[in-house]
Amino acid sequence: MRVLAAMSGGVDSAVAAARAVQAGHDVTGVHLALARNPQTYRTGARGCCTLEDSRDARRAADVLGIPFYVWDMADRFHADVVDDFVAEYAAGRTPNPCLRCNEKIKFAAVLDRAVALGFDAVVTGHHARLGPDGLLRRSVDAAKDQSYVLAVLTREQLDRSIFPLGDSTKAQVRQEAAERGLAVADKPDSHDICFIADGDTRGFLAGRLGETPGDVVDATTGAVVGQHAGAYAYTVGQRRGLHLDRPAPDGRPRYVLSITPKTNTVTVGPAEALEVSTVRATRPVWTGGPRPDGPIECEVQLRAHGVVVPAAVTVAGDTLHADLRHPVRGVAAGQAIVAYRPDPAGDIVLGSATITD
Amino acid sequence: MAYLDHAATTPMLDEALEAYVATAREVGNASSLHASGRRARRRVEESRERVAAALGARPSEVIFTGGGTESDNLAVKGIFWACRAADAGRRRVISSAVEHHAVLDAVEWLDRHEGAEVGWLPVDGAGRLHPDALRAELAEHGDRAALVTAMWANNEVGTVQRIGELAAVAAEYGVPFHTDAIQAVGQVPVDFAASGVAALTVTGHKLGGPVGVGALLLGRDVPAVPLLHGGGQERDVRSGTLDAAGIVAFAVAVEAAVKGQQEYAAGLAALRDDLVGRVRQAVPEVVFNGDPTDRLPGNAHFSFPGCEGDALLLLLDAQGIACSTGSACSAGVAQPSHVLLAMGADDDRARSSLRFSLGHTSTTEDIDALIAALPGAVERARRAAAPRTPR
Repeated sequence: MRVLAAMSGGVDSAVAAARAVQAGHDVTGVHLALARNPQTYRTGARGCCTLEDSRDARRAADVLGIPFYVWDMADRFHADVVDDFVAEYAAGRTPNPCLRCNEKIKFAAVLDRAVALGFDAVVTGHHARLGPDGLLRRSVDAAKDQSYVLAVLTREQLDRSIFPLGDSTKAQVRQEAAERGLAVADKPDSHDICFIADGDTRGFLAGRLGETPGDVVDATTGAVVGQHAGAYAYTVGQRRGLHLDRPAPDGRPRYVLSITPKTNTVTVGPAEALEVSTVRATRPVWTGGPRPDGPIECEVQLRAHGVVVPAAVTVAGDTLHADLRHPVRGVAAGQAIVAYRPDPAGDIVLGSATITD
Repeated sequence: MAYLDHAATTPMLDEALEAYVATAREVGNASSLHASGRRARRRVEESRERVAAALGARPSEVIFTGGGTESDNLAVKGIFWACRAADAGRRRVISSAVEHHAVLDAVEWLDRHEGAEVGWLPVDGAGRLHPDALRAELAEHGDRAALVTAMWANNEVGTVQRIGELAAVAAEYGVPFHTDAIQAVGQVPVDFAASGVAALTVTGHKLGGPVGVGALLLGRDVPAVPLLHGGGQERDVRSGTLDAAGIVAFAVAVEAAVKGQQEYAAGLAALRDDLVGRVRQAVPEVVFNGDPTDRLPGNAHFSFPGCEGDALLLLLDAQGIACSTGSACSAGVAQPSHVLLAMGADDDRARSSLRFSLGHTSTTEDIDALIAALPGAVERARRAAAPRTPR
């Protein structure tokens, strides 16, 4: 096959490209330039969008002996991921930009362009398994598993995707990179959000949405217990950084229960009030088999690296409904609910949807 | 493989490579006083005479440098600094909008960091500079002008400027004139003295010499402040141990390129015209850029409506055809060509361009390979650029 390897400059995508070459594919490497001004993104080894990362990717491609190009996706990334990220927070939700980037950039804009240019598939260094059965499964490395941020992909997108790393642990990937003479073998993992240079999400949002002071309200008493500089800066389940004026009557810690953009209010309350037993979500994608007619028993994950709980999931039209078998705390609108079917060969992604409440 | 990117770099001539290797085997610093030093110095000075003779300069006007970018920077910054030092009121640099980045960025650097003011000269739709535009600029600002710099031939679209006429206008106002002749030497007649310019950039690897060696031809009466300080080589304008092997090979290549220029250019132009005709036949809607007649014989530059140049480049590269979008890269991201934008092209046309440049190893087979691959590549690139329905 003619395949396009998306190369971030990190160790995972370099080894993924190497394995695609070894598998006999005709591989072309592409680095996505996502920053309008590369200097404003994370510097050095921590990010995936800097000039250094671009050079690391090119060096890896040279070692593999494959053609390498840089594709400018900065405008698309800004519109579909960064602006969306800000708008979601402004609406009181908690977005996952990595998931959005997979959905709109890597497996949409990039994949579409690749297919138009005559490529058969896109290869990435995601830690997830995608075998000949077409089912997306968790990586063997549970700590590095990225099936959650890939669960948003449709059947058409999965059919044109190759994830060569799913059967390997991160340690094995690093070891292989070293054996292949790839200089990125020891490069630190990227984490946090690539377009927020200093990791300060609240500051990033404040710079775009401005300061909008409002009340922090106790859910039990209805009393105003503090002030905030912008409701968008809070996430359901958050405990730190609330700066409340007075303690709760019972002296127990309080958490963010909800964010109401309309009234610019942050509501806080005790931990047990965070508990959720049903989850509603929109825009379902179902790839783990035929879309079910009625409720099915499975496991659901409600945020990246979050806990997994048994649930009965019903998909109907444009909505997904989950009855959780035991309550979960800190479910935030805007995150994805991903349904898995436990399987000895790797838990299978059945489908996903975006949590509304 | 079809190498159609000779304007980026062209293979070394055999005689230049042999001269390089022979000289590189010899020990000797041209600044040393002993026999080895004298031998190296003799090679360098003979080369200086050969370059001077080939390009219509005096040997003392040849400053060897580390290549075109250094020569351009030395001319632009060095002459500006010297003029400003002599007369603090002279701080205007006049340049064209279609210069190579080695000139463009040096001029912009002076603007940002050295208090220079810049007068940009426009070009017409074919990329031509007009002497009247320079005359108007100098009539208004001539008393403040430190330098005029305009390229002899454009590296992207191949348009050849009337450098003699432009230099004559600058001379009327007593303003030194620099020209970047990197693409011109060997392809069109270049004579330093006859052109009337004060400074001229030439480099080795565009005409069959090695990469990393070039020269600035600098009139004896044109002061320039050095960029590099040190041992005082090259009239104190360019310090650094002389690269005897590189210089010898450079001189061999310059001499060969100039000697055979007329015949070479005629053959190259015939091949280029064949390429242009066949590209037009294969892709009828193609737009041919640059001056149709006053152009480098090895240059063919097109816009492919509805395509992105970098997509075309990828597709042709996959078929073993090497060409260029001709535009600058920042972090490898293709920017729309400033040359085409200055010629009045819109962003889409500027981004849809490809340059095919021929040289001394080019053959009809190279063009056959291009024509075999091009229509399919254009069709694919067009599909890749077509707007898609959002998901």
